[in-house]
Amino acid sequence: MKNQLMCLAALLFATPVFAAEETVSIKEFAFSPVSMTITPGTTVRWKNLDGEPHTIRSVDATFRSDALDQNDSFVFKFDKPGTYRYVCSIHPQMIGTIIVKNR
Amino acid sequence: MSNQDSVNQGRRGALKCLAYGGAGTLFTLSGGVLTALDLTSAAAATPAGKNGLPLFLQISDTHIGFNKEANPDVAGTLTRTIAMVNAMPQKPPLAIHTGDITHLSKPAEFDTAASLLSQLKITEIHTTPGEHDVADVNVTEYFTRYGKPSQNRGYYSFDHHGVHFVSLINVLNFKANGLGNLGHDQLEWLEQDLKGRSASMPIVVYAHMPLWTVYEPWGWGTGDADQAMSYLKRFGSVTVLNGHIHQIVQKVEGNITYHTARSTAYPQPSPGQGSGPGPLKVPSDELPKMLGVSNLTLKQHPSSLALTDTTLA
Repeated sequence: MKNQLMCLAALLFATPVFAAEETVSIKEFAFSPVSMTITPGTTVRWKNLDGEPHTIRSVDATFRSDALDQNDSFVFKFDKPGTYRYVCSIHPQMIGTIIVKNR
Repeated sequence: MSNQDSVNQGRRGALKCLAYGGAGTLFTLSGGVLTALDLTSAAAATPAGKNGLPLFLQISDTHIGFNKEANPDVAGTLTRTIAMVNAMPQKPPLAIHTGDITHLSKPAEFDTAASLLSQLKITEIHTTPGEHDVADVNVTEYFTRYGKPSQNRGYYSFDHHGVHFVSLINVLNFKANGLGNLGHDQLEWLEQDLKGRSASMPIVVYAHMPLWTVYEPWGWGTGDADQAMSYLKRFGSVTVLNGHIHQIVQKVEGNITYHTARSTAYPQPSPGQGSGPGPLKVPSDELPKMLGVSNLTLKQHPSSLALTDTTLA
């Protein structure tokens, strides 16, 4: 399942399958992929493709971005295993999840 | 276009015309009953007294810093709005900005907004932030500039001309349901703030996001607003104002009238139209008709409030 997700991510976002960086696109008021499973040490880059600004705010305040205008990015490196739910504070109906677990 | 006229009309008859007119709609609260008059033409200025006392101007969603195609010149449309208000023959003593002063909570955006708003010939301005104003990580930009009246809590109240104003904040600490949030502390404060006040005192409550659920999938509501409304039900005249959705939607429930304001920057789609609540691109000659402000007038005999929406064209 994990590999399938990563391959899917690779196809959609041209991200190397086992790169230390993964990308979450923000498009049409949604995070894509909405849920991503990564290994500890992986950096996630959120890139806003919408004309409307968005923010990345984890529910437990582990990571928080400023407002991202169109084509702005925010990166965060995940070291600790866990399930991180996050929202866009400007459009809090936008919800995403990063799951960090050891292989 | 300016609509300052106010015409007495039977409540029953007036309630029949709740449709919105392109030129704007006048809402009159009389004894807790809403009357709405479709305004088909700009009314001439009339002396104060006959039509009541101008009480306050509501301006909303100026979004300084926005520069996309829906309106590449939001500073320009705000300037036009201010000029329109300054040209009104009877200016209200107060202005209330119901949030999204800026687009990205950047210091330069706040500075530009303050510079433009200082041209408004209304000296007393009250504000409540929108989620775009508190999007900086530490939520400091808004509060360093506008936090004083609320001692940085974001909520406070004041009285003006026998009307009690309650400024609420519902753009912090969103819950996972995606709706705005008032929170326990603010609700407790509100209950205390209203306790002991005469039920005949007109109340104006404002926040950025709607204090009623306009469209839940887009977060156009406030999850714990019902509790706030339960404290307001006993009052004879309650006007609840917000911005956020960049279009006029209104509802009447008992003695409570809910009304959302237009933006001065850009319109947004009707609830559920399209992929999300983003800027709506319209033909440039249509844009001024979709931007504007609201005015609220106090009528003394009997004590009631009249709300007028005005567009840039």
